[in-house]
Amino acid sequence: MPREGATPRSKRSSLTSEQDDPARTCAVMSTQKRIKNSQTSRTSQHNNSYQTNLLAWKLNEDLSNPKSISKHGQNSPVEDSEQGDEQAEDALQIAVRYFEKGPFKTSRSKDNTLEKHLKTVESMAWKNGLAPEEIDILLNVALSGKFGSAVNSRILRCMIPATLISEDSVVKAVSWLCVGKCCGSTKVLFYRWLVAMFDFIDHKEKINLLYGFFFASLQDDTLCPYVCHFLYLLTKKENVKPFRVRKLLDLQAKMGRQPYLHALLSLYKFFVPTLISVSLPMKKIYFKNPENLWKTALVAVRQRNQEPSPEPLKLILGAATVRPSKRKWDSHSLIPVLHSNIQSKEYGKKGMSLSDYLSRNRAFSAEQLKSFPQLLQNIHCLELPSQMGAVLNNSLLLHYINCIRDESLLLRLYHWLSQTLQEECIWYKVNNYECEKEFTNFLDTIIKAECFLQEGFYSCEAFLYKSLPLWDGFCCRSQFLQLVSWFPFSSFSEVKPFIFDRLAQLFFTSTIYFKCSVLENLKELLQNWLLWLSMDIHMKTVTDSSLETTFSGSMQSVSELINYVGWLSINGLRLESNSTFLLHFVLDFYEKVCDIYMNYNLPLVVLFPPGIFYIALLSLDSSILNQLCYIMHRYRNNLTAAKKNELILKKKSEFIFSSKTCQEYNRYLTAMVGCLWTSKPFQKGSYFDPEVFKVIGIAKYKTSLNLVHHPALLSYAISFLLKEYPEERRVNVSSIRGKKWNEYLDYLFSEGLQGLKLFIRSSIRHSSVP
Amino acid sequence: MDSYDIPESTSSRLKDHFIGATPLQKRLESVRKLTSFVPPSPQRKIPQCSQLQEDVDPQKVAFLLHKQWTLYSLTPLYKFSYTNLREYSKFLSAFIVAEKQKGLAVEVGEDLNIKVIFSTLLGMKGTQRDPDAFLVQILSKSHLPSENREGKVLWTGWFCCIFGDNLLETVSEDFTCLPLFLANGAETNTALIGTWFQKTFDCHFSPLAINAFNLSWMAAMWTACRMDHYVATTEFLWSVPCGPQSLDIAYAIHSEDAKALWDSVHKAPGEVTQEEVDLFMDCLCSHFHRHFKIHLSATRLVRVSTSVASAHTNGKIKVSLNKSS
Repeated sequence: MPREGATPRSKRSSLTSEQDDPARTCAVMSTQKRIKNSQTSRTSQHNNSYQTNLLAWKLNEDLSNPKSISKHGQNSPVEDSEQGDEQAEDALQIAVRYFEKGPFKTSRSKDNTLEKHLKTVESMAWKNGLAPEEIDILLNVALSGKFGSAVNSRILRCMIPATLISEDSVVKAVSWLCVGKCCGSTKVLFYRWLVAMFDFIDHKEKINLLYGFFFASLQDDTLCPYVCHFLYLLTKKENVKPFRVRKLLDLQAKMGRQPYLHALLSLYKFFVPTLISVSLPMKKIYFKNPENLWKTALVAVRQRNQEPSPEPLKLILGAATVRPSKRKWDSHSLIPVLHSNIQSKEYGKKGMSLSDYLSRNRAFSAEQLKSFPQLLQNIHCLELPSQMGAVLNNSLLLHYINCIRDESLLLRLYHWLSQTLQEECIWYKVNNYECEKEFTNFLDTIIKAECFLQEGFYSCEAFLYKSLPLWDGFCCRSQFLQLVSWFPFSSFSEVKPFIFDRLAQLFFTSTIYFKCSVLENLKELLQNWLLWLSMDIHMKTVTDSSLETTFSGSMQSVSELINYVGWLSINGLRLESNSTFLLHFVLDFYEKVCDIYMNYNLPLVVLFPPGIFYIALLSLDSSILNQLCYIMHRYRNNLTAAKKNELILKKKSEFIFSSKTCQEYNRYLTAMVGCLWTSKPFQKGSYFDPEVFKVIGIAKYKTSLNLVHHPALLSYAISFLLKEYPEERRVNVSSIRGKKWNEYLDYLFSEGLQGLKLFIRSSIRHSSVP
Repeated sequence: MDSYDIPESTSSRLKDHFIGATPLQKRLESVRKLTSFVPPSPQRKIPQCSQLQEDVDPQKVAFLLHKQWTLYSLTPLYKFSYTNLREYSKFLSAFIVAEKQKGLAVEVGEDLNIKVIFSTLLGMKGTQRDPDAFLVQILSKSHLPSENREGKVLWTGWFCCIFGDNLLETVSEDFTCLPLFLANGAETNTALIGTWFQKTFDCHFSPLAINAFNLSWMAAMWTACRMDHYVATTEFLWSVPCGPQSLDIAYAIHSEDAKALWDSVHKAPGEVTQEEVDLFMDCLCSHFHRHFKIHLSATRLVRVSTSVASAHTNGKIKVSLNKSS
């Protein structure tokens, strides 16, 4: 039982729990996690930047910062009574300040104000709980003996945390016990409070350092039972010392066989069996339930601490469901909670006693890991989580698994993730909104991890194979398509039947918005593949023949992907009657494609098919035309760079461009220049037959597509002329020629048509002004 | 220009590079194979001699019979070792006690009132390569120290792998592949023990449903078993998908009749084909249609029960009788 052993305290801390609430022991932890989540979600808004943002992960260190917690805690109460709450909060602040400053001399008014403030604190404490700072101040007040013991006891009784209690407050409070300013009953109450609130104290390391002090307090007869109970919760193996055992046995001799002493002794015996030879009676109940004072309050705190994940237990669905659903066994989230793995190395080693096994602290546990420097320092002795799935929620561990190439580690993650995806996938279940939300969140977490690693998980690949044929194209659309975009690089023709053919079916039968998001995600996919390949090239400097073939295979795969998207786009545009909106997404894709050679240093130039080129050229939308110009400009740069490189290397790579690619580009270029600039559209060699213009009745077709008359730019021409003659009722756009043509160009450029500018500057010599 | 063709030449070369020898990549390959368009298992061979008959402990097998088992599929166990079963018993029992008696001290060893026993189930495997199955039992211990210390069985679960060849290929040596888990006992216990396994061996349990396709295979193969005497009728349960409450149709026939029907559709001994299974079920359905004018093919098969065994679509099975010949 590694879990049990690893944190015996947290288990025993639920000693007096009466309801069977599995979340109880991890209440403290879940708050921390929640805060972390809220912080990471803030950073995740800038999706692109966060994989490099180490600072964001540093935030984890501030988890225990009482301020952030208190703010958080204050936010949780119900919203509709906000106004009233605000006032009450002010009153609380005043009351706390009053107690902090201490009682005033004028005794008559003192009693009234004291009573008033006490009432305020009590009501607020029982309603919403107190922030760590408030508890800090009030504990100080209660134990410093400023007020009478009745007041102290009332204050102590309402020390109910909103979420957590800071460890430092407890340490400070304990220091008052040494001064002797508070009476016995206050001390007793304080220990009872400590026992009841033990789970809500954020850390216990410093408190544990005071172990000797607490142990010494056992001598006080009235305190003894309560201190015993507290020590029972606090004791670690290293606290068990022979002199303490002797002392306890002495106490037992003095006070008789008290159950609370037995409890502590049996715990000591559990940790160090060799130290205690006396046999202890097995008793079921060692301690009287000390919680009763705060029972209702504790339930409330626990609820507050769990609030943001209101996941009701899934009920077992009736026989009508296709899959039996399993109630969540151990955790509230699909992703396991982080616990260090002890078993991998020593679990089950013969001759190892349980207590040795519990006290191991040589290795650095994953729970301790809070910052990147810590990871670097302990990378050699890091103890991995017992359930590898926990790394999904921990970016530092994601860093770790990214650089450790341990196959079994990846396999553990693979097995868990595959099965969980399969089990939770909602289109295998009867429709259930709750499930959908949970599944969407789960997918979001996976995608976030993939973005962080810049790498897709194999499990997701397997999941896509299985689930894509059953997907309706609607459920979790955004997440599902993002999973596609993180599809690991592989041979396109091999995965085409499993992924891309099925995606095509959905593409053709879904709405334009679906088409756009598919194209958007395929663009991401292309980018991810290109990045992966360009990294791969840089790593492999040796060029042996086998690598060469696989490399050309990779290039083939990329060009197949591009051709596939081209095919999707043409047919999609046809189905959506050349929608400008869709065309934007198509051209966005080609903006990535045209720069492969220069941006990713990969020898590949793939042109767009004519079906896309001509639709864009003849579009009514100036931004489309502008984008087309930009793409043509980039193609030109890439092709010239590739050609130059080829001349230098004196070696022809089949993928850079065949002479066909160049011819094709020149044909496009001629068509564009002919239309926009020289007013001689569609000369020989273009795909377009000028006869079409005669058929549709445009006589002056030659000029009708130049920069002035082009339907996408005509409005610019008119406003250009109107700028010059604002009064004119009738303008003659044909008047734009010669010098005016150049002015008009400048006007177009100033209107933001930067793509056009780049295209004209690079592709057209200026002597040829028409 | 808009027909999309891909050249076929490079794929195999790429495959050699990308699908290397690592278990992870093998695994992906097998997933791809499984999702390709070939219909799953058009025919199955009935093994003539299984490991079960060779080195079986009859007492233990008898223990597995006549109980209803809930099925779970299980990912491979990480760092599980058959030599540590005794330690596992100790840790698991401490874990259970700790979870059950929250609020009480944790003691390890003697003073528990439950006992956990891990033991191997020899012979519960399809081939020699399959890892040994193992059994986990939770017994209640009586407080009387004298006789009958082995109290009654509170919960039983076992892990097995039968003909797991293609799964085993994809698992590296750190893992033990026992993909099927069967539990009998209170679900809270299953949850508790499952949690322990998940945490200790980084595995994951998920409920295993039996779809109608596999149920009809089970029906056919169980009907085929030759029995000396039939203790129960062969029963099918079909569920009619209609709201708000589903309607179930129960269909019972004499086991001898079912066997006769199967013998008439079954041809080659030692091998069962998909066509035979389909034909068997079609015959049953058309017989029903002749009498009640209800097309059972439009409903969903949810339960099959024969003299040999019964299975429900929600993943509960029960093996009643040993095959006697």
